[in-house]
Amino acid sequence: MIPLSWYLIFSAGLFCIGLFGVLSRRNAVAILMGIELMLNAVNVNLIAFWRYLDPEGISGQAFAIMVFAVAAAEVAVGLALVISIYRRRNTVVADDIDLMKW
Amino acid sequence: MATETIIWLIPLPPLLAFFLIVLITNRVKWLSHSIAVGAALLSFIGSMVVFFRAIGVEHLGEHPFEASVRWLATGDTSLHIGILVDPLAAIGLFFVAWTVLMIFIYSVGYHNFGQPKGDHDRPGLPPHGATQIDAQGHKHAVLSVEPMYSRFFAFIGLFAFGMYTLVISDNLLTLFVGWEIMGLCSYLLIGFWFQKPAARAAAIKAFITTRVGDVFMLLGVAYLYSQTGTLSFRTIFTEGTLKHLAEQPSVLPWFSIAGLIGLLLFIGTIGKSAQWPLHVWLPDAMEGPTPVSAMIHAATMVSAGVFMVIRIFPLLSVGAEHGMTSAMFAMGFIGSFTALFAATIAVAQRDVKRVLAYSTISQLGYMIAALGVGAYVAAAFHLVTHAFFKALLFLGSGSVIHGMEHGVLHTGDHAMDPQDMFNMGGLRRKMPVTFWTFLAGGLALSGFPLITAGFWSKDEILADAFAHGYWLVFLVLALAALLTAFYTARQITLTFLGEPRTEEARHAQETPWTMTLPLVVLAIFAIGFGWVGIPEDFLGLHLPANWFHEFVGGTLANPPEAIQFNFLPLLTSFVVSLGGLGLGYWVYKGVKAGSADPLEKPLGRLYVWIKNKWYHDEVYQRLFVDPAYWLSEQFAYLFLDRTVIDGFLHLFARLGPWIGSSLRQYIDLPVINGLIGDGSAKVTQTLGRNLKVVQTGKVQQYMLFALIFALITLVYFLFTIKP
Repeated sequence: MIPLSWYLIFSAGLFCIGLFGVLSRRNAVAILMGIELMLNAVNVNLIAFWRYLDPEGISGQAFAIMVFAVAAAEVAVGLALVISIYRRRNTVVADDIDLMKW
Repeated sequence: MATETIIWLIPLPPLLAFFLIVLITNRVKWLSHSIAVGAALLSFIGSMVVFFRAIGVEHLGEHPFEASVRWLATGDTSLHIGILVDPLAAIGLFFVAWTVLMIFIYSVGYHNFGQPKGDHDRPGLPPHGATQIDAQGHKHAVLSVEPMYSRFFAFIGLFAFGMYTLVISDNLLTLFVGWEIMGLCSYLLIGFWFQKPAARAAAIKAFITTRVGDVFMLLGVAYLYSQTGTLSFRTIFTEGTLKHLAEQPSVLPWFSIAGLIGLLLFIGTIGKSAQWPLHVWLPDAMEGPTPVSAMIHAATMVSAGVFMVIRIFPLLSVGAEHGMTSAMFAMGFIGSFTALFAATIAVAQRDVKRVLAYSTISQLGYMIAALGVGAYVAAAFHLVTHAFFKALLFLGSGSVIHGMEHGVLHTGDHAMDPQDMFNMGGLRRKMPVTFWTFLAGGLALSGFPLITAGFWSKDEILADAFAHGYWLVFLVLALAALLTAFYTARQITLTFLGEPRTEEARHAQETPWTMTLPLVVLAIFAIGFGWVGIPEDFLGLHLPANWFHEFVGGTLANPPEAIQFNFLPLLTSFVVSLGGLGLGYWVYKGVKAGSADPLEKPLGRLYVWIKNKWYHDEVYQRLFVDPAYWLSEQFAYLFLDRTVIDGFLHLFARLGPWIGSSLRQYIDLPVINGLIGDGSAKVTQTLGRNLKVVQTGKVQQYMLFALIFALITLVYFLFTIKP
């Protein structure tokens, strides 16, 4: 069976890719996609730990499902916001959306 | 009624009269004097009942009337107060009752009861007279009634209460209470005409001078109480207590306790009985109405001082078998000196009452000196006879002044002094009753041989001094007696004999019966009272026993022996009294109107010296009054009040604003306002201004910061937390 550390390394890599996407992409939609990657990296972690350390319990699966739900809601709200901003300001570049500046 | 009950009640009527008059009846003149005289009469009756019961008791000295109640518990002991009538107190009651009653009756006439209200009399001034228009339409100037008539009777009522209390007290405390009540009343009465500046000054002088003595007396009383735990005479005068007091040394190394207490109490007497050097108040006390003079100078207050030292004589004389005790020496010295010195002053006075005032001082000196040489009975005897004849003389002089005031109203010359003897003369025809009674009193005062009371008492003092070998006292007293006779003759001659020297004297009038009746009664005593004390072996005869000596001598535990008769003191008495009277008459019989005192020329500087009373007032002014004023002005007012106390006040006044402004300047403004108020605002502002740049609004930057902090935290935990 594949050792646990492989899953962890995989998930860390996925998380870093997501993080890089969030920090480096200019497009707000792309940033949202980065966030999805990070969330899924966390899910991989959760499932792996559940499977290897506590296969009897269901908390790992339950949290993973919770994260799916949150991610789905977040994307729905996030994309709605992006579309709304695009309509008003005609841009989806995150750097340009700095209304909360001092 | 039991005798003790009566004795308890004796002082009360005058006190009740005082309150009744002051509180209720003071607007009704006739009611006020009726209450006062009635109260005096009640006390008089009580006193007489007690007196006659007392003289009927065998060995009254050993079994006196006494009763006491527990009054004040002090620590282990309790203070008893009560009454005691032994022979001395019985005699005291007798003369006090008579003189007080006579003075009360006399006051009714003296204050012109029944006369109209004055034209412009004001309270606090002697009445000036009124104008009356008779049926024919003629105007007459008549005497007017005293404006504060009721007040006078209230005061003398209180005064009488004080004296009765003092006489019947069985302890020093209530005696002292009575003593001080009289002190207060004498102040009020001397200052009775309080709108006269001289009367005010005299009242204050009397009060303060006697207070000097009283403070010492109170010290003596307190010392006695602290040593014996009791103030009752009969407890103290037991042999054991007296011996203990006489043998213990006191706080002062050269006195025994008894000696020191005796001296302190005697100083009280010096003040009260106007002995040198505290005699100065008494002549000035003449500013009061004449009945007051008689009350103060004869019956009551000054007698109280002598009465007190006679009372405590066992204490003063304990240890006297080895010669004079220190207290007796002081009494012998001060008494005889005062007797002579006051007599010299009396010789040169012009005011009819002032002569009597100095004569009183002199006669009191006699009594004190008599006690000093141990002549207990003689002192008591002279006290009583003197009370009678001096009250008589004072009331007589008041009558004379009253008569002269009639003359003043007639002539209308108010500048004339109706009290100056050189303005009188020839009054015997105008005022016969006053003259004859005054003559009786004057003769008694000068000790006119055989018939007058003054002779017997004075002779007994001289004989005692002679028999006990006190030569100096004997000589001084004899000389004083000579002067006494001389100034008495001078007074009678100037006042009553010869021809009237002024128009006023020519129009003088006899006074009403309320004034002359007391004179007659007192004159009877001034003559007759001496007969109760005639020595048994007088002139070598075998007369009935000396009643007074037996009776009063019985007060003491060891009654004094009657002294052997000796011709020398008797002869001295004869010579000085007759010689003085004759000399006085001879010198003053031909004084013309407006002429100076015939003694003024031959005596020269000496006359000025005695006329100015040996300059006592001036010396006291310099020694005590001026320094007191200086002290109050310079020290108390300017230094203490203005500098120290005001200084503190001003300091605090300045300190308040100073503290306030410093608090504001150094705490409020910099710390509260600057630091806490403005400072916190500024810090917040600066922080905000400097930190706001972080707020870029760029989502990815925020994320980056989050990442960096997460990494730092991660590194921190990796390096610090060991698995």
